[in-house]
Amino acid sequence: MSSAPQLDIDHVAHLARLALTPEEKAKFAQQLGDVLHHIEQLKKVDVTGVEPMAHAAPVFNVWADDVAQPGLPVELALKNAPAQRDHMVVVPKVVE
Amino acid sequence: MNYEAVIGLEVHVQVKTRSKMFTRVAAGYGHEPNTLTDPVVLALPGTLPLMNKAALDAIIKAGLLLGCEIAPVCKWDRKNYFYPDSPKNYQISQYDQPICLCGTVEIELPGPARNVMGEHKTIPLTRIHLEEDVGKLNHGATDSLVDYNRAGTPLMEIVSEPAMHTAEEAYAYLTSLRATMIYGGISDCDMEKGQLRCDANISIRHVGETKLGVKVELKNLNSISFVRDGISHEIKRQLAVVERGGTLVQETRDYDGQTGTSQSLRSKEMAHDYRYFPDPDLMPVQVDEAWKQRLRAECPELPFDKQRRFLEQYQLPYTLTSVLVWDRTLADYFEEAAKLSGKPQAAGNWIANDLLRELGAAHHALADSKVRPAHVAALVQLVDSGAVLTNAAKEIFVEMFATGEQPDAIADRKGLKAAPTDVGELEQWCCDAIAANAKAVDEFKAGKESAINAFKGPVMKAAKGKANPKVIDETLRRLLAAQG
Amino acid sequence: MSSELFFQPIAQLAAALDAKKFSSVELTRAVIARTKAVEARVHAFNSFDEAAVLAQAAASDARRAAGQARGPLNGIPIGLKDVIAVAGQPLTASSKILANFVSPYDATVTVKLKHAGAVLWGRLNCDEFAMGSSTENSANGPTSNPWDLARVPGGSSGGSAAALAAGEASATLGSDTGGSIRQPAALCGVVGLKPTYGLVSRYGLVAFASSLDQIGPLARTVEDAAIMLGAIAGHDERDSTSFRTEIPDYRAELKTRRGPWRLGIPKEYFGEGLDPEIGAAVEQVIAFYQKQGCEIKEVSLPHTRYCLDTYYVIATAEASSNLARFDGIRYGHRSKNATDIVDLYFQSRAEGFGAEVKRRIILGTYVLSSGYYDAYYLRAQKVRTLIRQDFMNAFREVDALLTPTSPMPAFKLGEKADPLALYLCDIYTIGVNLAGLPGISVPCGFTQSGLPIGAQLIGQPFCETDLLAIAHAYEQAHGWNTKFPFL
Repeated sequence: MSSAPQLDIDHVAHLARLALTPEEKAKFAQQLGDVLHHIEQLKKVDVTGVEPMAHAAPVFNVWADDVAQPGLPVELALKNAPAQRDHMVVVPKVVE
Repeated sequence: MNYEAVIGLEVHVQVKTRSKMFTRVAAGYGHEPNTLTDPVVLALPGTLPLMNKAALDAIIKAGLLLGCEIAPVCKWDRKNYFYPDSPKNYQISQYDQPICLCGTVEIELPGPARNVMGEHKTIPLTRIHLEEDVGKLNHGATDSLVDYNRAGTPLMEIVSEPAMHTAEEAYAYLTSLRATMIYGGISDCDMEKGQLRCDANISIRHVGETKLGVKVELKNLNSISFVRDGISHEIKRQLAVVERGGTLVQETRDYDGQTGTSQSLRSKEMAHDYRYFPDPDLMPVQVDEAWKQRLRAECPELPFDKQRRFLEQYQLPYTLTSVLVWDRTLADYFEEAAKLSGKPQAAGNWIANDLLRELGAAHHALADSKVRPAHVAALVQLVDSGAVLTNAAKEIFVEMFATGEQPDAIADRKGLKAAPTDVGELEQWCCDAIAANAKAVDEFKAGKESAINAFKGPVMKAAKGKANPKVIDETLRRLLAAQG
Repeated sequence: MSSELFFQPIAQLAAALDAKKFSSVELTRAVIARTKAVEARVHAFNSFDEAAVLAQAAASDARRAAGQARGPLNGIPIGLKDVIAVAGQPLTASSKILANFVSPYDATVTVKLKHAGAVLWGRLNCDEFAMGSSTENSANGPTSNPWDLARVPGGSSGGSAAALAAGEASATLGSDTGGSIRQPAALCGVVGLKPTYGLVSRYGLVAFASSLDQIGPLARTVEDAAIMLGAIAGHDERDSTSFRTEIPDYRAELKTRRGPWRLGIPKEYFGEGLDPEIGAAVEQVIAFYQKQGCEIKEVSLPHTRYCLDTYYVIATAEASSNLARFDGIRYGHRSKNATDIVDLYFQSRAEGFGAEVKRRIILGTYVLSSGYYDAYYLRAQKVRTLIRQDFMNAFREVDALLTPTSPMPAFKLGEKADPLALYLCDIYTIGVNLAGLPGISVPCGFTQSGLPIGAQLIGQPFCETDLLAIAHAYEQAHGWNTKFPFL
């Protein structure tokens, strides 16, 4: 049985911003094909009228009051940045 | 063949809160780069969002002001896409359950003349949802610099139905929407600070057609006049393409307000696939009647409602109402002065003309004005009672604006009071004096300035010496001038 | 009990520290020395900071001397899985993409442990981004099982379980998304507790699957697990999914709750694929409770067969989004081979992530992508509701469920190369995460070849007190935890 849909690995890797080698593509496509094939059995479950479960418990309105608190000093905020200049993060030129 | 344009606007409005949408570091504009960040803003590993209650209050209030249905339950979704200004590479937004649905924005189109009210329309809204703003990219010659100060600022997206047909309508829509947001205290809507941003979806179709044509998204309409110019330009561009026999393509175009041109943005991305799904880190929001009631009580009267009331209740001319109603503090100021003086139109005129002129010249905000509504009311009463004449009152106003002194005191100090109090009587005495001395009239008209003094003696005598010489002088000059 | 300090449970160490039999600095030195002696073989740590840990130990001794000791964790060396943020310390999630990342902030559990006076010791190895069941998916290389160095410790909290079993920490924290605390605990012969979703704050835990992740303790005894849970549990404003609930004194409650309990045996957990030695060991556990007067009842969780699929759809979908932030822009590995900004994402992520992480990101991206959302993600969320309902139905009749923790004992390093085969390690543990329930693995014997076996108890939401008491009763009568690996 091979009802699992074909995984367009190029398209999905593009969405996920992952550069994959041809070897990785072939391997992942095969491995994930197996996994997806397994997952196909979810289609057998009758979910008519069943609410999706997004959270473990139905709790609403979890918020905080609008009170500003101190943040990170700029040096600490950028401490892990691979490249910085003028207290900003440097990235290759973005063409909008 | 006749074409019509169909326009829908997507307006982003930053909500005015102290802290950010999903973390409590301060929100603000104009700070040093990356000084308004914390681990959540930077999307450091392990961080989680926490809703800002005030932002929820603000959007519900916005929804109530615009007559939206407030959803009893709304939730948060992740909109997944990669961009350097987006720290998490997903934006927390509301996809299929926004907090506000429907609603309308009332607009006024330009009237046939400046002093005549234009046609009113209501533009239907699709939805309003809440999300978080992204950071800011500063483009250099060879690289770009990212500042995350703006990232995470609460942002409302207000989506209209494709229900406008001209650039004027879009302009009026944005003007009205902006005033409503400012009125509600929801945002300052300063477009220069990016607090209000607008994208337009524009298509054309044959008149009578109900299907939408090929849609062009116009971006970067960064000022209200750019919105009008940009849309007008785009409609013309689309008509020109069609008239040339060309085909319109669905695309995003960038409008350059400086040059008045637009450019297609090459789509670097395959068709967007945002992979929305409910954010597991945030609980849904439930809005009950009590919450809505509490916010409804805080909702101000909207500008057009106020204008209708001013027209009716105070019998103000349209032009005056359109000066007074668009600024909530000015309208409130007027109403207080109107109430205190009992002469709404006179109070309105002083405010719309003299006060705004002086404030403009001095670059002062209304809140900083030393002239308070009580001053205006007192001045109106002085004029109305005849205690001072109009010209004197103008002088008093300028003095009052500078010092904040009461008009009565200024009039006394500067001898600007018309006495005796009966202006009519004084005028009569002046007329009598002029009529009695034709020679002096001729001399005065011939240019002999001192001839005027010949009239003053008899007037002062008739007034038993209690008349204000300055007022007598003014009155005589006016009467003499009126004689031609 | 062992006379070695590094093998003693917290309860015993705390009493000795209070009695001034030794200091925290001495205890910590013993743990450091042990670590140095065995770490080359076990490789449980990604990094440790001796100077920092000794300073904390000295500070805890000073507090104790000043009469300001903060309870049983004061001065106890606790290891943290390298997915939990400690300010000023590396936080790598065992990934190359975070190789040089130093956290500027503390996780909430870190704050709480510091508040309890604990001595935070080292960054423990795990599967990259907690994705795996063997700790082989680590950019730093695998951890070995102290009971057999050729075997895996389980995962993803393999470093947390192995370090504890090897005497390299007195207790550890792990995280559990589909069994990542309980399964390595079982494979390494220690206690592992996955609390109810929402009991422990996730703030500062590198997210894998947000709706499933939960931090929990690995400890030598159930009592130690109770002490640790008491220190880290509780509502946290920074985690909107954390629950407002009273935190009982879990340790004190151990003595007050004696049963007998009604225990459910879910028949779906004893079928095909279960190693017979494990099956037999768990039968012995059932027999013990029966002898104690507990009511043993067979129950059914009919949607169990869908747990694995449901889990892999939900967990990978959430992960694909959670891991989007690792892009080499603000922090983490940035590729030097990128041609432009878009390429920077592709190359940095390709170079920074390991194979299993990439696989799961691809799968998660796919199940959320246009046209597939309803068929996969939405459907999985609905099946998740049914899975939770199964458990809640069972809890109408029983107080807790008893199952094996893992279908197999520790397997050989490199033995399971096929992802799907590895995914099957989690079949008994993932239901608990999908339903948001608490689960505990307690040692219940050894295979003939000397590999530890764990039994899992599953409780009702926020009923950790009962769960710990039930586990404690078994542990007290058996003492599997008095055996230690020979290293």
